[in-house]
Amino acid sequence: MQTRSHITFLLNGRTIEINDVGADDTLLDFLRIDQRLTGSKEGCAEGDCGACTVLVGRLTAAGLVYETVNACIRFLASLDGCHVVTIEYLGGPNGRLSAVQQAMVEHHGSQCGFCTPGIVMSLYALWMQHEHPTVTQVETALQGNLCRCTGYAPIIRAAQEVTNFGTPSAEHLTTERDSVVAALNGLRDGKRVEVAKGDSRAILPADVDDLAAVLETEPTATIVAGSTDVGLWVTKFLKQLSPAVFIGQLDGLKEIAVTEDAVTMGAGVTYTEAQDVIAEHYPHLSDYWDRIAGWQVRNMGTVGGNIANGSPIGDTPPVLIALGASITLRKGANRRVVLLEEFFIAYGKQDRAAGEFVESITIPRVSTGHHAAYKISKRRDEDISSVAVGMTVQVENGMITTAVLAFGGMAATPKRAAAAEAALVGQPWSEATLVAASTKLPEDFQPLTDMRASADYRMKVAQNLFRRFWHETNGDTARLASA
Amino acid sequence: MKQTVSIRGSAHTDLIHDSAIKHVSGAADYCDDIAEPIGTLHAYFGTAKVAHATINSMDLSAVRAAPGVVGVLTAEDVPGVNDVSPTGRHDEPLFATEKVEFWGQVLFAVVAESRDIARRAVELAKIDYTPLPHVIEADEAVAKGYPHVTPPMTLKRGDVAEGQAAAAHRIQGHMRIGGQDHMYLEGHIAFAMPGEDDDVIVHSSTQHPSEAQHMVAHVLGVPSNAVVVNVRRMGGGFGGKESQMNQFCAVAAMAAKKWQRAVKIRPDRDQDMETTGKRHDFVVDYDVAFDDDGAIQAVDNTFAARCGWTSDLSGPVTDRALFHADNAYFYPHVKLQSRPMKTNTVSNTAFRGFGGPQGVVAAERMMEEIAYKLGKDPLEVRKANFYGDTDRNLTPYHQTVEDNVMPRLVEELEQTSDYQARRKAVLEHNAKGGIIRKGLSLTPVKFGISFTATWYNQAGALVHIYNDGSIMLNHGGTEMGQGLNTKIAQVVAEAFQVDFDAIKITKTTTEKVPNTSATAASSGTDLNGMAALNACEQIKERLVRWACDHFDVEALLVEFAPNQVHVGDQTFTFGEFIKQAYMSRVQLWAAGFYKTPKIHWDREKGQGRPFYYYAYGAAVAEVSVDTLTGEYSVDRADVLHDVGKSLNPVLDKGQIEGAFVQGMGWLTTEELKWDDKGQLRTHAPSTYKIPLAGDVPREFNVKLADWSENRELTIKRSKAVGEPPFMLPICVFEALGMAVASVADYAECPRLDAPATPECVLMAVERLRG
Repeated sequence: MQTRSHITFLLNGRTIEINDVGADDTLLDFLRIDQRLTGSKEGCAEGDCGACTVLVGRLTAAGLVYETVNACIRFLASLDGCHVVTIEYLGGPNGRLSAVQQAMVEHHGSQCGFCTPGIVMSLYALWMQHEHPTVTQVETALQGNLCRCTGYAPIIRAAQEVTNFGTPSAEHLTTERDSVVAALNGLRDGKRVEVAKGDSRAILPADVDDLAAVLETEPTATIVAGSTDVGLWVTKFLKQLSPAVFIGQLDGLKEIAVTEDAVTMGAGVTYTEAQDVIAEHYPHLSDYWDRIAGWQVRNMGTVGGNIANGSPIGDTPPVLIALGASITLRKGANRRVVLLEEFFIAYGKQDRAAGEFVESITIPRVSTGHHAAYKISKRRDEDISSVAVGMTVQVENGMITTAVLAFGGMAATPKRAAAAEAALVGQPWSEATLVAASTKLPEDFQPLTDMRASADYRMKVAQNLFRRFWHETNGDTARLASA
Repeated sequence: MKQTVSIRGSAHTDLIHDSAIKHVSGAADYCDDIAEPIGTLHAYFGTAKVAHATINSMDLSAVRAAPGVVGVLTAEDVPGVNDVSPTGRHDEPLFATEKVEFWGQVLFAVVAESRDIARRAVELAKIDYTPLPHVIEADEAVAKGYPHVTPPMTLKRGDVAEGQAAAAHRIQGHMRIGGQDHMYLEGHIAFAMPGEDDDVIVHSSTQHPSEAQHMVAHVLGVPSNAVVVNVRRMGGGFGGKESQMNQFCAVAAMAAKKWQRAVKIRPDRDQDMETTGKRHDFVVDYDVAFDDDGAIQAVDNTFAARCGWTSDLSGPVTDRALFHADNAYFYPHVKLQSRPMKTNTVSNTAFRGFGGPQGVVAAERMMEEIAYKLGKDPLEVRKANFYGDTDRNLTPYHQTVEDNVMPRLVEELEQTSDYQARRKAVLEHNAKGGIIRKGLSLTPVKFGISFTATWYNQAGALVHIYNDGSIMLNHGGTEMGQGLNTKIAQVVAEAFQVDFDAIKITKTTTEKVPNTSATAASSGTDLNGMAALNACEQIKERLVRWACDHFDVEALLVEFAPNQVHVGDQTFTFGEFIKQAYMSRVQLWAAGFYKTPKIHWDREKGQGRPFYYYAYGAAVAEVSVDTLTGEYSVDRADVLHDVGKSLNPVLDKGQIEGAFVQGMGWLTTEELKWDDKGQLRTHAPSTYKIPLAGDVPREFNVKLADWSENRELTIKRSKAVGEPPFMLPICVFEALGMAVASVADYAECPRLDAPATPECVLMAVERLRG
C-alpha cells in the first residue's frame, strides 16, 4: 500500500497541506490557534453547544455535500480530502454579508454574539437544503446550537426569512461548487495516509481492506469514525489516542443495501446518511432518529460507532435490538455475524477482539407486528436518554406470539427485558396484558440513580411506556405532539 | 435651510445591536480572540477532588517537573493578600491553605508553555487529605447547625400572630427551589500583560472591571492605579461575571508579574462550572393566613439559601429574595427571614434577578395554595392580593408602591391572551381524562430597580468629540449582549443630534472611568445612560456658550438639528461647527456623573426606600403534560411587559424573550445535581440542560406595555429590563402544576419543586394519583 505522510484539505479559499498532525489534534484548535480564524468559538469542547460549528464539504456518491460539524471534537486528521468552511468565508468581498447573516442582523438574532457564528453556520447549511424552512426544520437544524441570550425566537424568525435577503444560487459556495469538486477530486490519490506529531500517530486507511490490514498490525489502535464520543476522550479526559485509525472517510463503509429481507448499512454510515432509509423502512424510528443528539453530531456520528462504543445509553442499540439487528465483525479477511443483543457482554465489554472492527449492521425489514421506539430525556432535544426503548410485538389471532423489548439506560448494557417479554408471549394483545408485563420489569432491571434520572423514575417511566405502546397502536393520543 | 430629516438611531427607536454585523461575521473579538504576544503562557487551576477536608500535604513536584511547565503558584506565592472576597469579608482565599471547603476549590495554579500542557500537568498533583463530613443542602445546613456566611435579615410589618388569628385559613408548606448555572456561552477567561513598575493590564470577561482591578491590586499588594482592567464585550454574563472573574484575573496577573510574560487563563467548561458560583438554591418554609375570598392576612416565611463556602454576594442576594417575597401582593402582616447558609459547595453568586426570582416563586406558590384550597382560579386570588394605589400599598420593607401599573397590565393581558375562554377550554380538555393534560396560568412580576447597596447607584461616562466631529463614547457599564452600548449611544446621538454611526463605542476600561459599579441589577442603562447624558450636556453647554459669544446670538438661537447646528441664520454641519469650536479653544470632552436620587436603606431597621422605582410585567402560559412520562411542552406564551418609554423597543423585546426562555429553563430542565461525595455532576452542557430552540413556546407573543412611562425621571423615562422579565415564566411552572393537579381534580396544590423536570412532574402525578 502506498502511503502519504501529510494531509491535504481546502480551508475556505486555500489549500492546506500539513504533515505534523497528531491523532488528538482538533480542528477547532487548528482554526483558532494555528490559523487565527477566531470566528469559531469554543463553548464546551464536547459537541453540545455548537459555538464551533463549521461546514465540512466532502465528495460522496451523491456529489459534494456540505454538512455542519462540531470543530471542537472533530479531529484535524479526519479532514483529509475535505473542504472546511468557517464563518469567515460565508460573506462576500468588501464585507458583504451572506443572506443568512443579513437575516440574523435584521431580525436581531444575536445578543452577546458568542454563539452566533455557530448558529449562522447551522442556518446556512439548512438554507442550502431548504430555501423556505418550516419552524420544525429550523428547530431540528438548531438542536446542536445553544443560545443563552435570545431565547431563540428572533433566530427562528431570521431562519424563516433568509430568502428575503438572497438566494442560495447566488452564494459563493454555490457558484464555486464546480471548482471545489475539481479541487477535491484532485486531492484524491487512493493512498493510505500516515501522519504524526511527535509520538502521536494517525492513520487513514485507503479502503476497507486496507483498514483490515492496518488493524492487523495495529490491533490496539483507537478506531475513530465520527469522533462524537472519542472526541470527548481527548477534550475532556485528556486521553491520548495514538495510534488512531480514522474510518469516516472510507466510502466502502458508507454503503447502504436494501434487500427484500433486510437493510444493511456500512459501519461508517452517519445518522444523517441513514435518515432516509430508516424513515422509509422503519417509520416508527423516524421521529426517534431526529432526537439523537444534535444535527452536527448526527452529521458526524455513525450507527456503527454508536454500537461499537458499547455505551449502555447509546440511542440506537435498544431500537435495533428490538428489530433483531445483527452486526458483521471483520478481522483481516475473516468475518463473523453477531446478533446485536449478544454483542454487549457487560459494562465496557463487547464481543469484539483486538484488531476486529464492526463492518456493517443488518436490520431485518418489518412487515407485520407492532413496533415502537421511545426516548425519554430531561430535555427533548440533544440530550442523553434517561430511558430508551425499542418494542416489537407480533400478534396472531389476537394473541401475542413474540415480543422483543430492549431497553437502554436501565442496565449496564443495552438489554432485553426477558421477564416482561415472557409475560407478553401467549397472552391476548390488550392493555391489561401490557400493564401486567410492565409489573415484571423490576425483575429485569435495577436501574441506577444519576444526574439524568433517579432509579425510581427510570423504572416508573419504563413501565408507563407499555401503556403508551398500547394506546398508540390503537390510535389514541398518548404523547405530546412534539415528543 | 432647516431640515426635518431626523437622525439615524435616536432614542426610542428600533436599532440593531451595534456589534450585530461583527457577531454574524465572526469578527467580534472576545477575550480569547485577542492576538497573543510571543511567549504567552497559559495558566490552569488545580482543584480539590473532595468536598470538605483537611489538607495534610500538597506534593506538586511532578507538576513542576512536567515538560513545558514554567512554574506553579500557591498561597505562598501571593505577594499581597490571599483573598478575593468581593464584599471585603476576607472569607475567600484565592488558593486553599489548610482546608478544602468544596469539591472544585482552587488549590494551586500551574503555568505552562501551552494550555494543553497546563491542563495535563495539574493532574500530576498529589494531595493528601483527611476528609471531613460535608453538607450540600441548605436545609441540611440549618439542621446541622452550619453557620450563616453573612448576617441574615428580617423584614417585619404589622403583627403576624394577630393576622393569623383573624384569618379563616392558614397553610404551611415547604418548597425547594433549585439553583441555576449561568451557562454563558463564553466561559471565564483572563489575559494579563505585565507592564513596567507594578503595572499590569488584564483583559477579562467581566461585568465588573473595577472590582477585578481592586481585587488584582489587593492580591498583588499594589495600589489600584497600577492595574488596568479592560473588557470590550462578554459572551454572556447574567451575573456570573460580577465577582467570579476575580480568581482568574488575580492568578493571570500574578503569573504575568512573576514571569514577566503575558499569561492567559481559561478554564474548560467543566472547571468553569465547578469553580464558579451559580444562582442560589433556596428552601422556603411558608406560612400564609388568608380569608375566604383569598385575601392574605399574614405571611411568615423563612428563606434558607445554599450560599456555598463563602459569603460572596450572598448577603445582598438573600436580602433581595426578601425584597421580592411579596412580588405584587400586599401582606397586611408580614415577617420574612433570610438564612444565608454556609454549605460545602461552590460559593453561589449573582444571577439575573439576584435572589428576587426565588422570592417571587415563593409568593406565587402561596397564591396557588390559596386557590387550590378555596377552589378558585389562581388569577382571582392574585388579583385579590395586588397592591392598591392609595392604600394597601406598603411593602414589607416599608417602601410605598407609588407606580403600580399591575392591575391595568394584568387586565389587558387577560383580554389579549383570551385567558378566560382558554381556561375554560383547558378545564374541559382535562375533564375528558386523557393522558395529555393541559395547564394555563397567568403570573405577574413586580421588580424593584436599584442596587440595594445604595452607594453602587452611581456611574460615570466619558465623552470625547474629536475636532473632526466624530464622537467617542465610554462609560462604566459593560456589554454582555444586552445592547447597553447601543442604547447609550442612542442617548448620545440624540443629545448632539448626530447619526448613531458618528459615535464610536469603546471598550470598558478602568483607565477611562474609575470606581464603576458592576453592570448588574438591571441598572446598566439607567445609571450609565444618565452619566453619558450628563457628559453630553456639559459639552453642549460649553458649545452653546461659545456659539453665543462667537456668533453674537442668543442661546435660544443655537440649535442642534439633525447632523447640523443652526446658529442664528447660519447653518453648519456638526463637523464644521465642532472644528470652529476647537479652533476657538472649546473643551470638547467631558466626564459625566450620575447618582440615583431618592433612595436610602437601613438594613438594621429593615426600612427605607431601597428602590427608585418598580418594573412590572405579566405572562400567560399554556402547557401540555404527558401524564405517563412527565414530559411537557409549552404550547403558547403571551407576555405584556413594562419597560417604561423604551429606548430601543426591539432590543427590549429581545431581553424579554431571552429572559423568558432562560427563566423557563431555570424552572424546568436546568437541574444541578451533586452526588453523595459532594461533587457537582452537572458541569457541562452534556449533563446540564438549558433550553434549545425546540423548547421555546410554540406560540410566543411578546408585547411591551407601550402606554407606560416611568414616573421617575430616569433616562428618557425608560425602565430597566435586564432582570424583571426573568420571572415571567413562573406562569409556565404554575401551568405545569395545574396540568398535574388535574389528575386529582384540582383538589390539592401539586406542590412541584423547582425545577419541574419531567421526572419531578411524573412523580407529582403519581403522588397525586395516590
